[in-house]
Amino acid sequence: MAITHATSDVPEVDPLVPTGAPGELLPGYASGPDSFGFWGMLGLITTEALLFSSLIASYFYLRFRAGPHHWPPAGIAPPELTLPLIMTAILWSSSIPVHLADHAIRRGSQRGLRLGLLGGFLLGATFLGLQLIVEYPKTLDLFTPRTNAYGSLFFTLTGFHGFHVLVGLAISVFVQIRAWQGAFDRHRHLMVRNFAMYWHFVDAVWALILCTVYLSPRL
Amino acid sequence: MATVHDATSSSSPSLEEMWGEPQGLGSWLSTVDHKRIGMKYLVTAMVFLVAGGVESLIMRAQLAQPNLHLISPEVYNQLFTMHGVTMMFLFATPVLSGFGNYLVPLMIGARDMAFPRLNAFGYWVFLASGIFLYSAFLTGHVPDAGWFNYVPLSGPRFAPGINIDFYALGLIFVAISTTAGAINFIVTILKMRAPGMSINRIPIFVWGELAMSFSIVFALPTLTVACVLLELERKFGFHFFDAGHGGDPLLWQHLFWIFGHPEVYIIILPALGMVSALIPTFTGRRMVGYIWIVIAEMATALIGFGVWTHHMFTTGLPQVAISFVALSSFFIAIPSGVQIFAWIATLIAGRPRLKTPMLFVLGFLLVFVIGGLSGVMFAAVPFDQQVHDSYFVIAHFHYVMVGGLLFPLFGALYYWLPKMTGRMMGEGLGKWSFWTMFAGFNVCFFPMHVMGILGQPRRTYTYQAGLGWTGPNLISTIGAFLLGLGIALTFWNWVWSRWHGAPAGNDPWGGDTLEWATTSPPPEYNFETIPTVASLEPTWDQPNLRDGAQPPEAGGRPLLGGHLTLSTSLLDGTPRAVVFMPHATLAPVIASLGLLVGFWGVVFGAWLLAGVGATVFAGGMIDWFWPRHQTQET
Ligand code: HEM
Ligand SMILES: [Cu+2]
Repeated sequence: MAITHATSDVPEVDPLVPTGAPGELLPGYASGPDSFGFWGMLGLITTEALLFSSLIASYFYLRFRAGPHHWPPAGIAPPELTLPLIMTAILWSSSIPVHLADHAIRRGSQRGLRLGLLGGFLLGATFLGLQLIVEYPKTLDLFTPRTNAYGSLFFTLTGFHGFHVLVGLAISVFVQIRAWQGAFDRHRHLMVRNFAMYWHFVDAVWALILCTVYLSPRL
Repeated sequence: MATVHDATSSSSPSLEEMWGEPQGLGSWLSTVDHKRIGMKYLVTAMVFLVAGGVESLIMRAQLAQPNLHLISPEVYNQLFTMHGVTMMFLFATPVLSGFGNYLVPLMIGARDMAFPRLNAFGYWVFLASGIFLYSAFLTGHVPDAGWFNYVPLSGPRFAPGINIDFYALGLIFVAISTTAGAINFIVTILKMRAPGMSINRIPIFVWGELAMSFSIVFALPTLTVACVLLELERKFGFHFFDAGHGGDPLLWQHLFWIFGHPEVYIIILPALGMVSALIPTFTGRRMVGYIWIVIAEMATALIGFGVWTHHMFTTGLPQVAISFVALSSFFIAIPSGVQIFAWIATLIAGRPRLKTPMLFVLGFLLVFVIGGLSGVMFAAVPFDQQVHDSYFVIAHFHYVMVGGLLFPLFGALYYWLPKMTGRMMGEGLGKWSFWTMFAGFNVCFFPMHVMGILGQPRRTYTYQAGLGWTGPNLISTIGAFLLGLGIALTFWNWVWSRWHGAPAGNDPWGGDTLEWATTSPPPEYNFETIPTVASLEPTWDQPNLRDGAQPPEAGGRPLLGGHLTLSTSLLDGTPRAVVFMPHATLAPVIASLGLLVGFWGVVFGAWLLAGVGATVFAGGMIDWFWPRHQTQET
């Protein structure tokens, strides 16, 4: 198909563009609230937040239907906390390098961007690795998603969050490749900022998952 | 500075060069123009209206007489399920996205939607999910547990086989499209309004689309979660809904109706917005109580989230909860009442012109009031317990849905198609179509109130003679076919006007909003200059807007430096930035195809196929986000 693109990978747009109104110049690239992408990401995060809310509401609904003394059901001990808390520390600390990367590129620091993104990626991957390789096998020894509603909810909630971490990691890889190609600079970094928003969101949701799945049964 | 962005120099490319899209049939695959996407939505949704309509006619034929055996009970179950699913998810919501897609950027003076490629993606996913759901007919595994699909009837125990998997996965699939569209509308409406279009100058139809989009963003995830849980339970043996393992079937009902009640408003609000767009034009009078209508729309969207349990009065919920919800279900009638009074006031204050679109509006008013009244009757709990799941319910919601959606929609079609095609629809044929539809509708659905009070349950495959149901059923069936004929007349009118319609000109009706300030059909860039508006009815108050492009001295912005559009501030619409828009691309259609293959893989448990689909999807995504040109869309 004869679609022609201006294939310039290195952006050379002057940040100010005339609109044609007498004497009016406006930024030709925006990445905060003046950009559409920012609001689009906010919209995505809102629906995602509601997905998680519905899941958590389902958890408490079934829990209260089970009655006060049946959670976790007889024969299943309340969850172990040591490992989940270590995982929490790792996941939450991953937000720091991502935040630093986001601010580094606003100053124009390519190095800060790359290091920060890499650091966030490694910490996030560690979290996911611990969940899949240590936490899940340990839990599966006690109960499975098919044992009862408690087991189903445990794995659905944590798994759904883990899936979001995985998606975040995939986006991170993409953004890192672009970063190594030098696609971002002080003016053009919408993708970095949006990725950072998403990543912080996934980290924040973990707080709710932690309270619901790991802490609340011990109350 | 390597690239030159000088809007004033004569060397800059023309709008045609910057906005022109590839021509020819294949370009319908790659287009990102909101107008062509809107048209695709519109036509596809109408095809699904026909599919859902045919299904309902077969049902009505089966019920015309007692003890008929036109179709088997199994097929009957499949038909009412697919009819409900089709009408709600593949017709009503997408057709409003279609109108919105076409009209919202024009009405707010923008050059496209905020995310043109996401827009294309939304359309393709909608089409793919429709194909997915209807492919169930090919394999003979059509969903058959009703559009609200109650467990345990739809659970693994009572619904083995993959029929319900088509339902659960299909709804997840179509939700992707609906959500993408909704986010796009929200950003477009909040960030792309023409300079001067402050928040109190947004056309009411656009408000309707905005209310719909917010409701989608907040309500649809709950349905998605319900379907994901159901699918996990069906395919992988999880337990959420079966009481034997600590689950609860009522969880499904809660999740479904937390979504399901707002869904009704998702459909109704933009349709009411259409009515509010048509009435001023055809009465020549500004809308009475603009601000009240806007508040009412928003209030409806909000209250809609609080009343879902009124669908569950007969499930044995606690009495307090029921009383509370019953009360708020009465309240929800108030905002609708406000709007109805505002419309009637405008009609009385102005001089109504009885053109076809206006006839549909009047028909709507009558039918909608009846539907609203029977709705308030349900809020009385004892009455609800009497007519629950009887044909009275079917009557009520078709008065609301067909009356509240189909009539405004057809009015809107007569009103706006001339803008889209450049040709007028036939007026005489239009009137015939309206009267046939109006008569057919009432003949079809009014007797259902009677059938319901006489005790005929909904979803009955057939019935015995001598129960008093025979007469009303026959009448209802006749009405259904009459209604079908009326709809067909409009479709014929649409086709006919394509070749024989009178040229429409820019503004055939004397409308008050910005879409009338450009040609019919509009050029790819919508407006030669992005206008500055100074009131709620710009084309009435700024007559020079009709004379062609607003010159830069008067506030028009030519934005010539590229494939550009304007980003404006949220509240008062002051220009904030210039945004580079993406060009036509195949990435969205490829990604959607990947999704279709992937969903097929999952429904059949063919995991290799699912993997192939996921890979194609990922490929499409990478192509999408790999910046090739100076766009800044993500
Ligand atoms: C065009 C003319 C239409 C006719 C003749 C028609 C007819 C019917 C009939 C006879 C049923 C009841 C089946 C039963 O319970 O046994 C039904 C159910 C239903 N209709 Fe329609 N309908 C029409 C249009 C629509 C529209 C426009 C919508 C929505 C926008 C809609 C939504 C539904 C829904 C949600 C159900 C419930 C399905 C279920 O029980 O699972 N219908 N329709
Ligand atoms: Cu409701």
